[in-house]
Amino acid sequence: MSANGAHPQLALELRDVEFAYPDGVPALRGVTLEVRAGEKVALIGANGAGKSTLLMQLNGILRGRGKIRVLGRVLSDATVREIRALVGLLFANPDDQLFSPTVLDDVAFGPLHMGLPKPEVQRRVAEALAQVGMSGFESRLPHHLSMGQKKRIAIATVLAMGTPILALDEPTASLSPGARYELIALLQSLPQTMLVSTHDLGALPGVFGRVVVLDEGRIVADGATEAILADHDLLHAHGLDEAHGLPHA
Amino acid sequence: MSFAFALGDRYVTRASVVHRADGRVKLALTLGYVLLVSATQRGEWLALVALALPVVALVGVARLPPGVVLRRSALALPFVLAAVPLAFSTPGEALGTLPPFGWTVTREGLSALATILAKSWTSVVLATVLTASTTPTELVHALRGLRVPALLAAVIFFTYRYLFTIGDEGSRLMRSRDSRSAAIAGYRSGGTLRWRASVLGRMVGTLFLRSYERSERVFAAMQARGYDGEPRFLDPPALRRADLAAAVLLLLYAALVQAYARVG
Repeated sequence: MSANGAHPQLALELRDVEFAYPDGVPALRGVTLEVRAGEKVALIGANGAGKSTLLMQLNGILRGRGKIRVLGRVLSDATVREIRALVGLLFANPDDQLFSPTVLDDVAFGPLHMGLPKPEVQRRVAEALAQVGMSGFESRLPHHLSMGQKKRIAIATVLAMGTPILALDEPTASLSPGARYELIALLQSLPQTMLVSTHDLGALPGVFGRVVVLDEGRIVADGATEAILADHDLLHAHGLDEAHGLPHA
Repeated sequence: MSFAFALGDRYVTRASVVHRADGRVKLALTLGYVLLVSATQRGEWLALVALALPVVALVGVARLPPGVVLRRSALALPFVLAAVPLAFSTPGEALGTLPPFGWTVTREGLSALATILAKSWTSVVLATVLTASTTPTELVHALRGLRVPALLAAVIFFTYRYLFTIGDEGSRLMRSRDSRSAAIAGYRSGGTLRWRASVLGRMVGTLFLRSYERSERVFAAMQARGYDGEPRFLDPPALRRADLAAAVLLLLYAALVQAYARVG
């Protein structure tokens, strides 16, 4: 522990984070979680468990009660812009993420907003698009691409910001098997600290060393991936398995 | 925060006689009453008070929060502003002049302005009671019931239905922009005003394109379920006599007030 109480090698530190939507529905009921720098953590849980809400707390898009530290800095009104340069957030739906008329505009937005010099912006855009295998798509319309391509562009918009932490909401959802495989390989190759929400249990062992299980806004399990995946009772209790397999025709 | 929440539905949930009354009757009554109120002549103060009383009573019977009704009735203000020149332009007994321009305020002019204020406020409060006690869906059905063309009613219905969808989509785009609006030490963040304005402009364009494409998908989905260009609505329930009687009585009352004001 350093003098100000922050743990230097912690990338993310959440203390009793609570959040309720304006209609009064509580989405997070006291979440306490630590993620070390360089760690890749998966966040699993049934629909409505609070995964997306939790991820949106990390860079202050949604603000609830409790304390959040990012690389030692406390999230507040004063630090939110600075923290958005530390946590890159990928929204579950790429149509929510991509708001510009062209791929280039969208990927360049983050670096341009940071005020980086033009050559650096161009370098980052080219690098981010290359990382997701989408070089050459700069002038395309994002909303006319396939789901797999949109997902990759959406990830490139976050990578171009150069954030040390990635908060990704269901990056492999609605992808065809091939596109899913490529995305998992990309997540494996990226060095950033990650907190990734997913329903893709099959992708867990290859990418994530640690799994956090969320149910009704609370963390109900947190442990090594193998241990969590082997605990069928736990998965079943929180709606994360197919019970007795799918019915046969 | 979702757009729907920020905009706020007009409907105020209450279990009152006014809420239960037939939407068609309420709509017809509102239109008729507003027409009668607007016929009031300048300076007929007694008539204006007599016409406002049932409207205030309706707010009470519908158990609408007075604060909400007052706030929404502020919608009448811009129209009143447009009438302000009347205070100066109406010929009559001079009351004084406005120093910088030397415009003369007349007694007749002030009276005309106050009459317009009273008439528009009464009308807007009544319309507020209608929208706060009738769900938008019921209002569209009421329009159909009053023989508004089906296509026009359908357009109004879809506008309401997708207003929130498109508004929510817009606020999600803004959220994504905010999420990537970061600042790092040593650089001036945020770019120029011109750049930020162009980003916003392109976002609006994107939203328009998407809404346009969404309308094509919605239309295809309607066609897939047999839509042939003729909007159809479920047959409305029969009119209740009590609702009709109440509406007719209120309109008769307003007509009598007007008749007395003209004679007296």
